[in-house]
Amino acid sequence: MSGMPLLTLTTFLPLAGALFILMIRAQDEAAILNIRRVALYTTIATFLVSIGIWTGFDPKNPGFQLTETAGWSGSFFAYRMGVDGISILFVLLTTFLMPFCILASWESVQVRVKEYMIAFLVLETLMVGVFCATDLVLFYVFFEGGLIPMFLIIGIWGGQRRVYASYKFFLYTLAGSVLMMLAVMAMYWESGTTDITELVNHPFPASMQWWLWFAFFASFAVKMPMWPVHTWLPDAHVEAPTAGSVLLAAILLKMGGYGFLRFSLPMFPLASYDLAPFIFTLSVVAIVYTSLVALVQEDMKKLIAYSSVAHMGYVTMGIFTLNTQGLQGAVFQMFSHGLVSGALFLCVGVVYDRLHTREIAAYGGLVNRMPAYATVFMVMTMANVGLPGTSGFIGEFLTLSAAFQVNTWVAAFAALGVILSAAYALWLFRRVVWGALTKANLKAMMDLSPREVAILAPLVVLVILFGVYPLPVLDATAASVEALLRSVHAAIDAANATASAGSLPLIR
Amino acid sequence: MMTALPDFALAGPEILLAAGALVLLMLGAYGGERRAGLVSGLSALLLVVAAVAVMLGREGTTFDGAFVVDGFARFVKVLVLIGSALAVVMTQRFAVAEKFFNFELPVLIVIATIGMMLMISANDLIGVYLGLELQSLALYVVAAFHRDDGRSTEAGLKYFVLGALSSGMLLYGASLLYGFTGHTGFAGIAAAATAGGSSLGLTFGIVFVAAGIAFKVSAVPFHMWTPDVYEGAPTPVTAFFAAAPKIAAMAMFVRVVLEALGPAHVEWQQIVAFMSLASMVLGAFAAIGQRNIKRLMAYSSIGHMGFALVGLAAGSEAGVYGILIYLVTYLAMTAGAFAVILSMRRDGVMTEDIDSLAGLSRTNPAVAYLLGIILFSLAGIPPFAGFFGKYFVFAAAINAGLYWLAVIGILSSVVGAYYYLRIVKIMFLDEPAAAFEPMGGEMKAVLGVTGLFVAAFALVLGPLGDAALAAAKTLF
Repeated sequence: MSGMPLLTLTTFLPLAGALFILMIRAQDEAAILNIRRVALYTTIATFLVSIGIWTGFDPKNPGFQLTETAGWSGSFFAYRMGVDGISILFVLLTTFLMPFCILASWESVQVRVKEYMIAFLVLETLMVGVFCATDLVLFYVFFEGGLIPMFLIIGIWGGQRRVYASYKFFLYTLAGSVLMMLAVMAMYWESGTTDITELVNHPFPASMQWWLWFAFFASFAVKMPMWPVHTWLPDAHVEAPTAGSVLLAAILLKMGGYGFLRFSLPMFPLASYDLAPFIFTLSVVAIVYTSLVALVQEDMKKLIAYSSVAHMGYVTMGIFTLNTQGLQGAVFQMFSHGLVSGALFLCVGVVYDRLHTREIAAYGGLVNRMPAYATVFMVMTMANVGLPGTSGFIGEFLTLSAAFQVNTWVAAFAALGVILSAAYALWLFRRVVWGALTKANLKAMMDLSPREVAILAPLVVLVILFGVYPLPVLDATAASVEALLRSVHAAIDAANATASAGSLPLIR
Repeated sequence: MMTALPDFALAGPEILLAAGALVLLMLGAYGGERRAGLVSGLSALLLVVAAVAVMLGREGTTFDGAFVVDGFARFVKVLVLIGSALAVVMTQRFAVAEKFFNFELPVLIVIATIGMMLMISANDLIGVYLGLELQSLALYVVAAFHRDDGRSTEAGLKYFVLGALSSGMLLYGASLLYGFTGHTGFAGIAAAATAGGSSLGLTFGIVFVAAGIAFKVSAVPFHMWTPDVYEGAPTPVTAFFAAAPKIAAMAMFVRVVLEALGPAHVEWQQIVAFMSLASMVLGAFAAIGQRNIKRLMAYSSIGHMGFALVGLAAGSEAGVYGILIYLVTYLAMTAGAFAVILSMRRDGVMTEDIDSLAGLSRTNPAVAYLLGIILFSLAGIPPFAGFFGKYFVFAAAINAGLYWLAVIGILSSVVGAYYYLRIVKIMFLDEPAAAFEPMGGEMKAVLGVTGLFVAAFALVLGPLGDAALAAAKTLF
């Protein structure tokens, strides 16, 4: 409202940086350094602009703020942007993490640096756009467009089986999201608009809600990823370069949960209510099963990837409890997991850069040579486990207490996942960091460089800060979450009222 | 009425092209081989002038209602003329290098284009047939133009035999329609069909007409000629075949089905929906195994025609709107892709092997980026042009309640994404092969303009969509 199109600026500033890098023709060392610097400055500038969003944001207002509208395709869809309490966190998380991703690739990426930086900046534009878009088609364009740079990032700069992983990532996600596209069209013909702010108030017929819900579910479940469509994630994570893994875990996975919150719940409340047990089942299976799978992994990144799937299980469980703790906890869990998993992948990247293997058995006793690294890794491991005092605890506790109100069995099984997560995370830590330093090639390992400290220190600070003082995050989301829940429960109550009044039963 | 002369001015662009073609033929015949380049340049210019004339021209019907110029016809004619002009521009360098360049080649393209424009404007079964035959006869010759090449003559002969068969089917269907309704004009057929209801004869007529036209748009199950002709014909001719004739035939299909057979909606909708579905699925699966890029493009175009037919199956204004957007994006993507295919020359030898694109992103990054954008667009990934084409045709299908068609179609587009991704993978992920010879200036221009158009399509969607919507409204 201040006159500056802040959201558009935040979204497209990285794209402008990418176009600028495209113009750099030289290929010598100095040019490559310039490319890295331009990318870094662009992401920092974007973060600074996004702070403007935060200062201009009123947490008491539950609706979309800083809205921008422009014509696009006649009556079909328009360019609409806006943030509310839920999306602003992810916008900030994205812009905050990007400079670290660029820094993390500073030395580890030596081939085709120009294309690498362009891909990352384009990806940032698309990720921020996903969270700012308040038009369904615009959302879809950003959502699906993100596949292209990520395909190239995994495919070009990935590990041994990068081609397989990039195909799997692309086709899995595409297959999930095309069905959502059809649902978007059906919603347009039903309601006459693709404006999200109007769609949340449009009462879709109960019979239609089921189909639409499943179409959106197909997309978000793959993106999330939920069991049993999670199998692309371990491959993509393992093969992606460090910064790619960070973004994948920290931001791209959050799009699934964000989609459930933004679309499935407010637009299809009856279907969400009816299908909550289905989601609970999948979530609990994800939490328990993938935690068990994580226990037997030999590859550090694969282990963290499976732990991500388990943690996303808490998010889906929390979202579909349809109560305040559940939703707040789910948002917090996503935010926290963004920091923690991002930091864990960066930790893996640190040792991978030195030894070029991710195999757990290749390490051991790192604490003797790398005390600073061991400290950071320990904090992040604890946060991953959900130790009180770290941000991981808040999300898990809130979602578990929410689930307990709805279904004690779900809460009980999900709590089992907390124990299992302690098992695999601590065991990983024990095998990599503790023990005697016996392997010869580890004896020359250097501790964190100043660059790596600069990357990891802010994350450590934030993880602990939000662990002891989660209020800023919870306050930002409170108003939007309350408004969302009110409309969901109003729709469910109305449907139940008509059902008990003897007219056509809408649910059950 | 019988004594008054028809309004020739409405057919101005066609008359201009016909007269121009004759002049160019004379110029070529008397100027000898050295004038061939001049004839080629003038042909392209003539097509562009005709496009401007179409844009500035009036609307109305003439020749006793057999020839109609409306918003729809003008929109598609501009597309066809652009497609033909691009084909002429892209032909010369290749044909000279392969030693089959003759002044007849551009002139034949112009003549085929006249046929296409008649097809688009035809409002009468006789007009349909005349336009189709004028186009087809020119295309048969063009396909076999490289006389010393066995594959080219084989392609021409194959195309001729199968094309003649399809023309016969179309003519037979037209005679059935005439026999059972008593009219050849579209309006008369529609009126008779409304009054008399559907009859077995009418249904048979629809089936045969649809089969004849399906051959021209290479919709399954009348697609068998496409891969062989695409592969055998000289590459610039393939580039021409892939764009303009497909667009013209699709426009003719739309007009025949909606204007003449509108009342027999139930009969043709099943046929069109089946052809659409079969084309999408076959196009997606059959392209996977292809190693030759021209064959791959053949199956790709079969698939794309299937997607465009989704809009026709919907049979609504939204459907026609979707088709028009689809055809615009298809034209740009096809022209851009063929600009690269025509430049795959290494050590003086053309190659059609997809693997020869290996590592193009390092040997020629600009070309690789642009072709990459076009390939992602062909796969229908936003924010590129192809996504919006798919969006609007499938939106029309959903609106018409064709859910099964939409679901299977969109899933087949995921299968299709696989083979486009394979080319992207070869270009960006594989180790570089030896570099191609530098691209010609006109190829660079075509690739640059189409690539940027495809990339920035979201920005021009507003005005372009308005024009397409206005054009679609004229049929309803």
